Amino acid sequence: MDNNVVLTMRGISMTFPGVKALDNVDFTLRKGEIHALMGENGAGKSTLIKCLTGINAFEAGEIRVDGIDGPVVNHSTLDAQKKGISTVYQEVNLCPNLSVAENLFIGREPKTKLGTIDWKTMVKKSQKIMQDLDMNIDVTQNLEEYSLALQQMIAIARAVDMDCKVLILDEPTSSLDDNEVAKLFTLMNQLKDKGVGIVFVTHFLEQVYAVCDRITVLRDGQLVGEYPIAELPRVKLVAAMMGKDFDDLASIKSEESPVFSDADLLIDAEGMSHKGTIKPFSLQIHKGEVVGFTGLLGSGRSELARVIYGADKNQTGTLKVKGKEAKISAPIDAMKLGMGLLPDDRKAEGIIGDLSVRENIILALQAKRGMFKLLSMKEQNELADKYIEMLQVKTASRETLIKQLSGGNQQKVILGRWLATDPDFLILDEPTRGIDIGTKTEIQKLVLKLAKEGKGVIFISSEIEEMLRTCTKMVVLRDGMKVGEITESLSQETVMKAIAGGESDEQ
Amino acid sequence: MKGKKINSNTLLLIITIALFVVMYAIGCVIYSSKGFTHLQTFLNILINNAGLLCVACGTTCIMLTGGIDISVGALIAMDCMFLAVGMEQWGMSAPVLIALVLLIGIVFGLVQGFCVGYLEIQPFIVTMAGMFFARGMTAVISTDQVSISQNAFFVGLANAKIQIPFGAYTNSKGVLQIPFVRITVVVALIVLILIFLMLRYTKFGRSLYAVGGNEQSATMMGLDVKMTKLKAYVLGSFLCSIGGICYCLNTMSGSVRQALGLEMDAISSAVIGGTLLTGGVGNVVGTFFGVLINGTISTLVKTNGKLLSSWSSIAVAALLCFFIVLQSVFAKIKDAKK
Amino acid sequence: MNSSLKKITGMRLFLPIFCMLLVMAANIIYDAASGNFALNFFTISMRNGVLYGRLIDILNRGSEVAILAIGMTLVVSASAGTDISVGSVMSLAACFCCMMLAGYGVSSTSDLAVPLLVGVLGGVLMGCLCGAFNGFLVAYLNVQPMVATLILYSAARAIGLLLCNNLIVYVRNDSYKFFGGYMGFLPTPIVIAAICVVIMTLLLKKTALGLYVQSVGINKKASRIAGLNSEKIIFICYVVCGLAAGIAGIVASSRIYSADSNNIGLNYEMDAILAVALGGNSLGGGKFNLAGSIIGAYTIQAITTTLYALGVSTDVAPVYKAIIVIIIVTIQAPPFKAFMKRRAARKALAKGGAVA
Repeated sequence: MDNNVVLTMRGISMTFPGVKALDNVDFTLRKGEIHALMGENGAGKSTLIKCLTGINAFEAGEIRVDGIDGPVVNHSTLDAQKKGISTVYQEVNLCPNLSVAENLFIGREPKTKLGTIDWKTMVKKSQKIMQDLDMNIDVTQNLEEYSLALQQMIAIARAVDMDCKVLILDEPTSSLDDNEVAKLFTLMNQLKDKGVGIVFVTHFLEQVYAVCDRITVLRDGQLVGEYPIAELPRVKLVAAMMGKDFDDLASIKSEESPVFSDADLLIDAEGMSHKGTIKPFSLQIHKGEVVGFTGLLGSGRSELARVIYGADKNQTGTLKVKGKEAKISAPIDAMKLGMGLLPDDRKAEGIIGDLSVRENIILALQAKRGMFKLLSMKEQNELADKYIEMLQVKTASRETLIKQLSGGNQQKVILGRWLATDPDFLILDEPTRGIDIGTKTEIQKLVLKLAKEGKGVIFISSEIEEMLRTCTKMVVLRDGMKVGEITESLSQETVMKAIAGGESDEQ
Repeated sequence: MKGKKINSNTLLLIITIALFVVMYAIGCVIYSSKGFTHLQTFLNILINNAGLLCVACGTTCIMLTGGIDISVGALIAMDCMFLAVGMEQWGMSAPVLIALVLLIGIVFGLVQGFCVGYLEIQPFIVTMAGMFFARGMTAVISTDQVSISQNAFFVGLANAKIQIPFGAYTNSKGVLQIPFVRITVVVALIVLILIFLMLRYTKFGRSLYAVGGNEQSATMMGLDVKMTKLKAYVLGSFLCSIGGICYCLNTMSGSVRQALGLEMDAISSAVIGGTLLTGGVGNVVGTFFGVLINGTISTLVKTNGKLLSSWSSIAVAALLCFFIVLQSVFAKIKDAKK
Repeated sequence: MNSSLKKITGMRLFLPIFCMLLVMAANIIYDAASGNFALNFFTISMRNGVLYGRLIDILNRGSEVAILAIGMTLVVSASAGTDISVGSVMSLAACFCCMMLAGYGVSSTSDLAVPLLVGVLGGVLMGCLCGAFNGFLVAYLNVQPMVATLILYSAARAIGLLLCNNLIVYVRNDSYKFFGGYMGFLPTPIVIAAICVVIMTLLLKKTALGLYVQSVGINKKASRIAGLNSEKIIFICYVVCGLAAGIAGIVASSRIYSADSNNIGLNYEMDAILAVALGGNSLGGGKFNLAGSIIGAYTIQAITTTLYALGVSTDVAPVYKAIIVIIIVTIQAPPFKAFMKRRAARKALAKGGAVA
């Protein structure tokens, strides 16, 4: 093995029932490099990592780790850890109810002569670890007292202190704000200087270009290529990930921007807020308007929509729907006013896994009608068939359990659920996340069609291009505050600038 | 700024201790004529609840993992019946029986722990089945009320007084009363201290907290979650058997209806003492005060003399309810902060 | 052949029906072995103008469990937890009813202090109240169901004792004995249970209750977003469970025309939970099948009756039931299923290897 290389994966293949998840994939990680692993959802990034960390068993191929003779096969994350491969996930995998020191040392606590836990040494060592990473915190406090970002750093600190050679960071920045991300990057660079090989999985392109040295791109379970960062400009990276050039995704939106009159006013929010997440904001949405909410994750773009819908309680200000003041204390109130919300977390807040596609489709309509006005089986079947057909849901039958469908099809079913309620105003929070390109375009087209029918739509997505293609107005959020609206000259540049904020422009 | 913040968990413990002090003080004021102020009253609470204290320590350990054990009352009944019938009818020696009872506890815990840890069945269901099994087995051993009177060793243990060198007083008849505790109290306090040390200073103790805090994380950090749970239930049932022996030394009898609802007292002691039902937070020190509060309530009801004994179980249930609500409110506040 | 076997065992009502058949078989063998008519179990005759026979006895005695199982099914489905207070609530409802009928502090009476209906409704309402208390804790305060119901599990009997002034209150009035007696030639409890089951079935068929409850049980958050009031639905389930416990309590009390706080509904929580599990419903919540629970309830009673027929005492019977519970939940447990699957796969592999 090359001296400089810490991990090689050669010809890794594995299949899930019916799907070739990985097909002969190679991956090489060198000492002291930050290596981005990129690909669309379903490209095989997480499967590859799971093969490496022992969560999935791969069928063919070979993994070699520096310092270990012969091929390595891990059977669990623990196994991997022992061989110097540590993973830090988006959700912090530590115990919130234990102190920072314990979280750093659990499973390998320093012992006294009696075999009991040596708290003094543990605290002392922990303090040193944290100080080495420029974090001066009280290690005897419970983990839950600290912010998510700090918890994540503590998780990394734990991994690093366990002598890891390979550190895998799986979407670590999703719940962090800019400052926290910057801190994380400093930490990553420090580790890099110490010779740790870092695999960085993220969907934020900017971050890849901010810290990474090298990029490996996967698509549909196959290796597209490995590139030094300088050789792969952003546009090419996107093209490599998607397997097509930007031109293919030509604008589907008509160019002229429509003009809205007050008579078409659908939603008129005045000073609404939710303590802790959303500062008071005002917003107007018209019939036929597609409004995009943009901002970094955690900027409050989902939360703002949730306040309007009543999923999070509005605490100040007023909301007028179609000119009439509305009191919304729960989602059902909003639904009765003709609203619908497609939540971003499909699994946790969207699907009812053990119910059939039919039941999932009629659920919201049934909830709207009330318990005692049950839709007849005939009506239910008709509705289900209608939306399965209309949205081209790939399902064995309408009685198939929704959990057996693929993510994209689940999303379509949930979309069907809302369309079945015939809403005037629809909030779509990340409707295209985890969905293949083809379906993405379909959903975007559908949004435009809904707008044409005179419905109002809020469209939230972390992909700016997607919103540029569909939205007539963009609302920009930062730190839970609505900081502006862009209606004219919508372009990647203007939106990015608005998201980043005025001050950072000068840098 | 260096001072530790009081978090909600510490607050719960403080509330508990304050509650005990207030309750006991009220008792002293109202029932001073009935001797509530004497040290012996407090010692009697310990004597009467020594068994409960052992059991509650075990329950606390199980609840730390996020589980629960409602089989303890029935297990104690089975232990007592086994001891009573063993001594009185089978003529077995007391030490052998005691060893067997402890063994039964371990086996019982092994089965329950296996079901919870390795088969991932809800702890409530498992221990409810355990409860009915143990209660039924008690009846299998004997359906009579069996008193222990013949075994000299056991009777001797039960009657042994350990005198306390202070707090003596002369009663109205002019006889000097020297305060004393029974051997069960010593056993219970040793259990308490050992469990306290175990929870703080051993890997297993900290694993209990880790598993209760976040099971998935605990697995990721290299802890054997299943084994930890199994061990927790074994420990719980073992301590319950020790408690059962203490209980038997107190009642000197075995019957099918014995220790009915004791699981409730054990759980409420732990919860009142600040153990979170969701797991991960709690301490046997709190549990100790929980047991004391339980004991004080029943002593107050007994001292009153006019109140029906059901009042004490209603009061305990009400307190449990109060603390459950308190926990839930704290949890909601914590969530809202996030 | 193998696949058709799989189809049968995979059917939703397989488990309860299979158990029921097993119990019947045990009875036939027992009767045949002890020299009686082998089909004794199924014989129904008329004696003194009322139906008589072991089947009738099971249907009659199983009424309380069947009624409880209705409520328990909803609670398990919606909240992924069980209501362990039902037995105690039965006792409390009975005590309250008898206390009202006899008047406070009276230990035995043949004259009713209040109209029968008032007393009975009072008892049933007391059940609802207990259910509401449980429901409030579970739905609105997010307390784990079994912990929340643990409070009433121990307190309800104590409250019942207080209401009855520590006495066993006897109501020796024929109108009160009716609920546990006979209605024409049929035992009244059977009729009451049947009415309850029919009402519930109609509710499930004609309203969206079933969809709501299951959807909340499977995914509470998603249900809320889809416009369901999850808290209210869980709350309602507990109230229904309390109501069922109230009705069952009245029936149980009417059988012995008294309120014996310590004994009414004793161990019934176990039977009710067992009925739900036996009915093929997952105790982890979500989808439910009422018919399964009802068959499960009568199967439990058949087991109990058979055990008694075999000479097992009331105190010992729980041992067997506990073992059955553990077996059923073990079969349902995902790790066990995975284990069996792996074993089957290994076997298949070995077979395939032999052929090759």
